[in-house]
Amino acid sequence: MDAEAAKLIGAGLAAIGAGMAAIGVGNVFGSFLESALRNPGAADGQQGRLFIGFAAAELLGLLAFVVAMILIFVA
Amino acid sequence: MAAESAKVDPMKQFMIEPMFGTDALAVGGYNIAFTNSALWMVIAGVALFVFMIGGMKRELVPGRWQMAVETFTGFIDDMLEANVGKEGRKYVPYIFSLFMFILFANLLGLLPVGLFGVHPFTFTSHFTVTGVFAILSFGIVLIVGFFKHGFKFFSLFVPHGTPLPMIPIIFPIELISFLVRPFSLALRLFVAMMAGHVLLKVLSSFVIDSFGAGAGFGALVGIPSFILMIGISALEILVAGIQAYVFALLSSLYINDAEHLH
Repeated sequence: MDAEAAKLIGAGLAAIGAGMAAIGVGNVFGSFLESALRNPGAADGQQGRLFIGFAAAELLGLLAFVVAMILIFVA
Repeated sequence: MAAESAKVDPMKQFMIEPMFGTDALAVGGYNIAFTNSALWMVIAGVALFVFMIGGMKRELVPGRWQMAVETFTGFIDDMLEANVGKEGRKYVPYIFSLFMFILFANLLGLLPVGLFGVHPFTFTSHFTVTGVFAILSFGIVLIVGFFKHGFKFFSLFVPHGTPLPMIPIIFPIELISFLVRPFSLALRLFVAMMAGHVLLKVLSSFVIDSFGAGAGFGALVGIPSFILMIGISALEILVAGIQAYVFALLSSLYINDAEHLH
């Protein structure tokens, strides 16, 4: 396989990671909402933890994006 | 933009260019040209200054502007109170400046002033800039941690109740996860801002190219892409706020580690 083609395929494969991170972020907010509706009184106090979980999940998707960008523009 | 195939280079918007003829300005062999990045930092700083001055009149009955400023300060104050406790008060100026500067930078970079020929530059989409922010936060953590606890600071890497045989394994893992923090902090902000801007530019090239290929393609591809662009722009405003918040939140959590050692 051509090296250039392999790079582009690799960049495309990195999109799987972005999609997985989307599942993760959806999970974070979905679970939060589910439990927030059960106990709305406790929801506001957990907002910080919500965003920590969001940040951790999102970072991994962004790393996949970085891999794609490096493959296309740098490598 | 009729027939020519528009070449929208999604990376051109991140190009750093010297401005006002300062290309060759150098100090000690290092080029210190005044770039568009620096210009937008100045703009963000001035906008932030104006915003704060307008709200710091200390009126007894606060007007709208003062309420806006007080909402932000109260927000950061509450965040530090919740995450660090009452020792967190002394970090309010730092976290507040960090949060507001990143927020203003993110939002100013999204301004649609490109219509008037002024191209906004999002300097938070550069790893050098966000890296400096992260080093600042990490440096404060290290200085506070070592100043306050001395070498006991290393107990941060051995959580309470770790069985003795596990310590040689846990210590390097915790150390690495600690040392990765500035990178993840900087990377998150820079990539989140860059990804959104690249996405908008890619969609704009869809719009231009499809209309260039004919009215049929324009209706089929261009118009949905344009509607998607509007939606993504709204999402980007949300992301601008969330990323500034996450940066401030994680900084305050790391400061909490330095203050309290778990």
